[in-house]
Amino acid sequence: MLPIRLACYGLRSVAANCKRINIGALSQITRKFSSDERPQFPGSRSQWTEKLEFIRPDLYDGIPVYRVMDRKGKVIDPSQDPQLSQEMVIKMYKCMTQLNTMDRILYESQRQGRISFYMTNYGEEGTHIGSAAALDPKDLIFGQYREAGTLMWRGFTLDQFMNQCYGNMEDGGKGKQMPVHYGSKDLNFVTISSPLGTQMPQAVGAAYSYKRAQNGLCVMCYFGEGTSSEGDAHAALNFSATLDCPVIFFCRNNGYAISTPSKEQYRGDGIAGRGPAYGMLTIRVDGNDVFAVYNATAKARQVALNEMRPVLIEAMTYRIGHHSTSDDSTAYRSVDEVRYWDERDHPISRLRNYMLSKGWWGDVQEKEWKEDCKRQVMTAFARAEKKLKPNWKEIFTDVYHEMPSHITEQLKQMEEHVQKYAEHYPLKNFSKD
Amino acid sequence: MALRNFLTRNLLLNKCPLRISQRLSHFTFVPDTVSASEGETQRMNLFQAINNSLDLALSSDPTAIIFGEDVAFGGVFRCTVGLQEKHGKSRVFNTPLCEQGIAGFGIGAATAGATAIAEIQFADYILPAFDQICNEAAKYRYRSGGLYDCGSLTIRAPCSAVGHGALYHSQSPEAFFAHCPGLKVVVPRGPIKAKGLLLSCIRDKNPCLFFEPKILYRSAVEQVPVKEYTMPLSKADILVEGDDITLVGWGTQVHVLREVCQLAKDQLNVSCELIDLVTILPWDKETIAQVGNLNIMAFLSFSLLQKKFLKWETLAI
Repeated sequence: MLPIRLACYGLRSVAANCKRINIGALSQITRKFSSDERPQFPGSRSQWTEKLEFIRPDLYDGIPVYRVMDRKGKVIDPSQDPQLSQEMVIKMYKCMTQLNTMDRILYESQRQGRISFYMTNYGEEGTHIGSAAALDPKDLIFGQYREAGTLMWRGFTLDQFMNQCYGNMEDGGKGKQMPVHYGSKDLNFVTISSPLGTQMPQAVGAAYSYKRAQNGLCVMCYFGEGTSSEGDAHAALNFSATLDCPVIFFCRNNGYAISTPSKEQYRGDGIAGRGPAYGMLTIRVDGNDVFAVYNATAKARQVALNEMRPVLIEAMTYRIGHHSTSDDSTAYRSVDEVRYWDERDHPISRLRNYMLSKGWWGDVQEKEWKEDCKRQVMTAFARAEKKLKPNWKEIFTDVYHEMPSHITEQLKQMEEHVQKYAEHYPLKNFSKD
Repeated sequence: MALRNFLTRNLLLNKCPLRISQRLSHFTFVPDTVSASEGETQRMNLFQAINNSLDLALSSDPTAIIFGEDVAFGGVFRCTVGLQEKHGKSRVFNTPLCEQGIAGFGIGAATAGATAIAEIQFADYILPAFDQICNEAAKYRYRSGGLYDCGSLTIRAPCSAVGHGALYHSQSPEAFFAHCPGLKVVVPRGPIKAKGLLLSCIRDKNPCLFFEPKILYRSAVEQVPVKEYTMPLSKADILVEGDDITLVGWGTQVHVLREVCQLAKDQLNVSCELIDLVTILPWDKETIAQVGNLNIMAFLSFSLLQKKFLKWETLAI
């Protein structure tokens, strides 16, 4: 008796609350829901199966690596040659070699105690120059820390690089950060920060802003395979796809995160394997092949802007140098392994061979450029070393947009203190302006 | 059954929240008033005042966007009701469930020129965003030598005790951020303050955290000016004048302290001064430094001691 009464009450209240659903519609809904055709779950979009089968990831070959040239710099499929002009290709070559030269000088300068810290880009020059060349100079770049070549491509001068590394009074960043934490407003390169991966969701937000502004620009986000393990990386990939942001995620998979090899960083199919899971257009490329990187980035940019969606590029490469001047990689990898990549699969030599085959380069130009390049780097280096450090008062600036009273007070206290104990402070090394 | 249905329906329809909250609440909300010169006012509770402030922000700034979990349908506390319909899906939208993503996204949007207003559903869940807020947002301008900044970022979150929230729906995390230079941290005590302070935060050229005491969302009702107005940040309010001791608080606690002032007067014959700090960072040193006997919150005590207040009796909590 009771259950029937309650059931009747239930039906009555359901009916009362569903005034807009008539009986015909109700039966249509029940028909649809009991259909065997496809699962109806809001979060699903696939078929049914009656086979109990787990997906075995190790049985699938990884996403293939796109390349244009072989390891010797010979184009394999001529239709993939981007047919860049001689001027452009030589510019690419000079940029990569100048980066390499600057790295050598600045690495040495750290060993000699002239700068406090440095990170080289050995082996990854192709990922920088190939991708930067395919972007619009106004596309906003969010980097990790090993993308100096993208800045160099855009026109960051040797002086600017070195001023930042020396933290002198002409550093655009006012001497506040460790070396290699470059930034440039003019060149649309967001200042580097040390925490890894934080730039990734930021790049997505910036891309969303650009989409709303309808400015025809996209955002480029670089990160390493180690960084892709950070929570921020997952957040970024998911947000970019759900919010339809014109951002290119460019992963430099160089095989190591300091001493941690990639096989200890992930168990799946690298970073490219994750792209489809987020609903993103994905490609894996040979990062040591400048043309492959160029082609993939150019296409990615086109798609990102025409379709308003993110694209993931995983550029496979190798970190020839140590992680930084604080690292000695012989502790965790063999010299032979490093030598293999330096001698047999290097972006600079592959491009040089391409140029040689086209008759655009030769021994004479190589010798001349090497000398010119070294001279440019050395003179910029000498200039940077002589400059004073920024005015010490810069410690207190830019904490907020306007200096609040409590910081003004601290600045005043410091001023009085420095005046009183001047002999204990190396004031002559600091600019007075 | 009928009584239970009646109570449920009326609570849901917001018919008698005041009576229930007065019985169960640990404080009595004391509304602010404004002078007639502020013009037309409207009866609003805290979430309505915040809703109004957000609406004004979006109406006056075409680059302004609001995003976070569940903001599209109006938000779990109704702070964003009607905003998506009025301003569009590209300006008021849901994000996936990820606070570090929300904060990072907000920083990037602000850096690239948008006025980014992020919502964290409960202040208890702001901790995953701590890295983005303190390592990134707070330091963006400083570390870039002023080349880049995310000053147009505001993050708002419901905070503080509501009675039944337990460990994870009651937290007041403002102290974690109070020591992070580069941020501004603001906590309103009622609707009038909230509307003006939120608009100030949104327009402020520094990343701001705006913590909204959730117990006040429905129970705090004031006659709020309908016009657009801002209120100054880093300016404390002296709410009760007194000679013997000064009490400094913020948010819900301001109303508790009002009662304490009255109790002290009635039972102990002690004259209490009550100050609402309002902005936790940068806090109003000038107003606080002028006080006499001081009962101070711990993080203020050291800097005030530096100001040679040792002769006074201070109790750091």
